[in-house]
Amino acid sequence: MAARSDAARAWPGETLARVPYWVYQDADNYKAELRRIFEGPAWNYVCLESDVARPGDYRTTFVGEMPVVVVRAEDGAIRAFENRCAHRGALIALDDAGTTKHFQCVYHAWTYDLCGSLVGIAFEKGSHGKGGMPASFDKAAHGPRKLRTATFCGLVFASLSPDAPFIEDYLGPDVAARLRRVLSKPVEVLGRFVQALPNNWKLYVENVKDTYHASLLHAFFGTFRITRLTQGGGVLVSADGGHHTSYTIDRADDQASTAYREQNIRSEKPSYRLADPSLLDTVDEFGDGIKLQILSVFPNLVVQQIYNCLAVRQILPKGPDRMELAWTYIGFADDTPRLREIRLKQANLVGPAGYVSMEDGCVGGFVQRGAAAAERLVSVVNMGGDGAESQETRATEASVRGFWKAYRRYMGL
Amino acid sequence: MPAADGRTARWLPRLAQLSADYARAIDDDRLEEWPGFFTDPCVYKITSADNHRRGWPVGLVYADSRGMLIDRVAALREANIYERQSYRHLVGLPVILAEPDEGARVETSFLVVRIMRDGAMDIFATGRYLDLVVEDGDALRLRERIVVCDNSRFDTLLALPL
Repeated sequence: MAARSDAARAWPGETLARVPYWVYQDADNYKAELRRIFEGPAWNYVCLESDVARPGDYRTTFVGEMPVVVVRAEDGAIRAFENRCAHRGALIALDDAGTTKHFQCVYHAWTYDLCGSLVGIAFEKGSHGKGGMPASFDKAAHGPRKLRTATFCGLVFASLSPDAPFIEDYLGPDVAARLRRVLSKPVEVLGRFVQALPNNWKLYVENVKDTYHASLLHAFFGTFRITRLTQGGGVLVSADGGHHTSYTIDRADDQASTAYREQNIRSEKPSYRLADPSLLDTVDEFGDGIKLQILSVFPNLVVQQIYNCLAVRQILPKGPDRMELAWTYIGFADDTPRLREIRLKQANLVGPAGYVSMEDGCVGGFVQRGAAAAERLVSVVNMGGDGAESQETRATEASVRGFWKAYRRYMGL
Repeated sequence: MPAADGRTARWLPRLAQLSADYARAIDDDRLEEWPGFFTDPCVYKITSADNHRRGWPVGLVYADSRGMLIDRVAALREANIYERQSYRHLVGLPVILAEPDEGARVETSFLVVRIMRDGAMDIFATGRYLDLVVEDGDALRLRERIVVCDNSRFDTLLALPL
């Protein structure tokens, strides 16, 4: 078995334009990803700053598969620590979110402060002079692992590694500027849902970065010209390849374009009309004509603007062939009632029931199942060449190749 | 106690019929009939108990007109890609919670099993319908149906209406 596994895990040459299918299947490789990427020198998105607005506010989530608590400490700093009691390993915090003065494990009542430091042990001195912890036991030397935190535009990131760079250096100037474009004001959460996907987490990351598929798979996009490859726009890829932004700008000449019809592409259906077109009523709230911006930060964050529908998506790996996508729909505190109503209507486009996103929910599973017996074969990622640089077209897979460039560096592959 | 002994108490058999007809239309793949169970305008929203409790307004599906419901069905028929699937709705007995002037506030529990094209089936969602039911001509129709799912985690995708 070992020999077979080693042979199967060879990377097929230096090109970024071929990806071996074992990378979506192999259990050992999956464990290595958790160690080298999620628990390594990457910044993981964990929650919104507004989720932990006041001291004592906390939220529980995951860094890879590691359960973590993110909490606002008394000094106003945001702290994060592993959600694992130093005693026997039980979860320390059981709720998704809450407000507390300290954390206490339910199992044996060991107590932690808001920084995740062990401050109390039940019956530490024993009872009636007997039992208890050894006098030499040092509480300061025992505790859940602490993570570094960083914030940017109201997003909270965590990293277990001292080697993760400053967050702005990590994001790079292009992606940082595109995040600032959308997240420039205090946000309000409009709702949260979780979508359980039957595929490896990387298939979802690739889907997000894949500007080529959007108007081909998604008939809703193509038909209503929400995003089409014949419109203006492009894709920005960060220097390290890991992050990207794609954007769509309407072009006056696109309404007359027949490129989809001429290629007999399923996703353009001229007869398809909305009975209630108010779904697509839109305000140019950022004032730059960009109708759609999809942004990803390696390894687990997507920030989406589709018309006026804004959402933050957190990618949570749950095994080689499963993941969860945690959706947080947001608006701004200063939204007018009209804009808020538009956001609620356009939420129909995304999420588990989204006119667009439902298809991204199933297509990763189609690849996972289609390639089930193809661990020694490769997929083709060649649109727009074999590089990973920014391009002024979306008929490219440059940002997918960028992901693999970053992935291979983290993984040493 | 629910106000089931009031003016709309005589509606109970009709509410049960409305509920059964609604479920059968979806389960029997007569989705084109689904918008007809609503008034126009109307409100239809699918949310989770957690979002509902917190007052978070966004829905997985949200419509404020019969036209938006028709568009949902048209998208499922014409545009969207998803594997062939069907539901089996088990709906509980309707309970009248209040009798505002315009009709009745009704709560009905549901359980939906999803059957996939390969024959696999799973409990897909459970929850309660929070309805405002009104008399519209001879028929009872939904002016508002908030589908409050007990679950906030949805497997793969939610295509067919609940």
